[in-house]
Amino acid sequence: MEILTWTYILVGFTFALYIGIAVWSRAASTKEFYTAGGGVSPLANGMATAADWMSAASFISMAGIIAFAGYDGSVYLMGWTGGYVLLALLLAPYLRKFGKFTVPDFVGDRYYSKGAKVVAVICALFVSFTYVAGQMRGVGIVFSRYLEVPIEWGVIIGMCIVFFYAVLGGMKGITYTQVAQYCVLIFAYMVPAIFISMQLTGNPIPQFGLGGELADGTPLLDKLDGVLSELGFHEYTDGRKGMVDVLMITLALMVGTAGLPHVIVRFFTVPRVKDARLSAGYALVFIAILYTTAPAVAAFGIYNTIDSTSETSIEDLPQWISTWQMTDLIQVDDKNGDGKIQYLADPETNELNIDRDIMVLASPEIAQLPNWVVGLVAAGAMAAALSTAAGLLLVISTSVSRDLFKTYQPDLSEKKELRIARISAACAVVIAGYFGVNPPGFVAQVVAFAFGLAAASFFPVIIMGIFSTRINKEGAIVGMISGMLFTAAYIVYFKFISPELNSSENWLFGISPEGIGSIGMFINFLVCGIVSHLTPPPPQSVRDMIEEIRVPRGEEKSSKFKKD
Amino acid sequence: MPKSKENQKSYWRKNLQTLAILLTIWFIVSFGCGILFVEELNQIRIGGYKLGFWFAQQGSIFMFILLIFAYVYRMNQLDKEFDVDEE
Repeated sequence: MEILTWTYILVGFTFALYIGIAVWSRAASTKEFYTAGGGVSPLANGMATAADWMSAASFISMAGIIAFAGYDGSVYLMGWTGGYVLLALLLAPYLRKFGKFTVPDFVGDRYYSKGAKVVAVICALFVSFTYVAGQMRGVGIVFSRYLEVPIEWGVIIGMCIVFFYAVLGGMKGITYTQVAQYCVLIFAYMVPAIFISMQLTGNPIPQFGLGGELADGTPLLDKLDGVLSELGFHEYTDGRKGMVDVLMITLALMVGTAGLPHVIVRFFTVPRVKDARLSAGYALVFIAILYTTAPAVAAFGIYNTIDSTSETSIEDLPQWISTWQMTDLIQVDDKNGDGKIQYLADPETNELNIDRDIMVLASPEIAQLPNWVVGLVAAGAMAAALSTAAGLLLVISTSVSRDLFKTYQPDLSEKKELRIARISAACAVVIAGYFGVNPPGFVAQVVAFAFGLAAASFFPVIIMGIFSTRINKEGAIVGMISGMLFTAAYIVYFKFISPELNSSENWLFGISPEGIGSIGMFINFLVCGIVSHLTPPPPQSVRDMIEEIRVPRGEEKSSKFKKD
Repeated sequence: MPKSKENQKSYWRKNLQTLAILLTIWFIVSFGCGILFVEELNQIRIGGYKLGFWFAQQGSIFMFILLIFAYVYRMNQLDKEFDVDEE
């Protein structure tokens, strides 16, 4: 069968599956809509968290980024997994014990202040919208590349699917569709990786294949180091970024991961504190399967690309090069007219331009796998984008219905609250879709924003809210605002106001805008501590609440300590 | 109930100790082996890997998993020991 037929079959089948699950598990109460009724098993929640977390960028782009960055790509690998250690040890169990539905809920109660809550809601909305626009775009791109429909239609189809199960099913629907989506995406990622690993190194496990030897007996990584430096690139296992910058980016990504509202909220869905701890462990296992495979896919991809193109005459180029040339992801230009391809570091003489997304998207063709594998990769990329989009949309709708409406209208009936939650989810889908069709030129730049702001705003106040009984509302509000303003100002300055100055000699301590969230976090911690000690301590009832969330046994804190 | 207050305090102290140990290891395997001392570790080889590069792209992630499960195990123990576990 043709590639296109296979793609339609596999994508169509997975969509039908997601809709089926959504109908079967739709939410009947606000508790089910916000936290799936709090009855999800730790294993299922771990899988759902993994799908929630791994976005279109993780699936499609990450391996490509690593392929071209080599060692420097490690910041994403360590940053996006190390955050789960922080999440499991410092946040998840206590927030579970607290037992409410959202991060702003916790901030509002712990800091006994509507002001703090509203600041948290604004941060949550900003982070989530930034992120979701990218996901919708991802859905559109996959549609247009594999199914040959225009990007706009791809986004609209994606919107309809997400609309259906996020609006209908709430957290309950999302959780079980995410479990299915995880299975689809990991299978789709692993199949080509295993085959390519076997072809290149003879080892079916990509994690070993990366450290394996090529047919001629040289280790793959040594061969890459050699080939790349010959062509004028830096060595694959060597970095170009400054060490301080690498440290700060890694830290910002870790802390940002632990502070992302759509990830944190997943730990409200398990029944007990011990389940929350265990679930974070499962989540990281499921994430690590993809994250330890990605660097292997990266190295295999760049090696295969160079090996099959460099100094090869244009007529002898492999089939996949010409296939992907049609999508403009690969550009070949025989500048010196010798009829051969030279892939070089110098842009003046380089004759081959490859988009980083190729490393994953074309992997089945590079490995000459059967057509159904291509369809599978399309379905996997779609699963990754849809699952993340749905999780984010839920955070947006919960923030609006619960953290805004319910806070100012405490007598809101459950039925009405549920309706508001659904309407805001629907509005969020439409807005996200709009940005997917008309992406603001800065989507790529604002990813730094989402992590930087999560790191500089939420993480410190949640941590101190749990580990200190002395931090009060004044400290939290001033801390969040100063951390956020500093980070936002730095990123806006270098990304939008003076992009021409965005190079290491102008950066503060050599820290790039991607890593500045770490400094924002330290500022938040510092300001928060100082202000708190200059102002009166929190009331006794709040201090009692903190003591209680520190031990697993006992009622959920929110049921005793509530103001609504 | 002063006795249970006392119990809670020592439970919390044990918890903080556990966190301090685990987070130190977390720091060493990622920021230490993967970034700060990557050049030195790259002198050592395991199979086709340079050790520092391995930590940065593989090893740190495996260690993170072990750390979370060590935490789960230790906390379940502490919960029982101090009788604060959920039934």
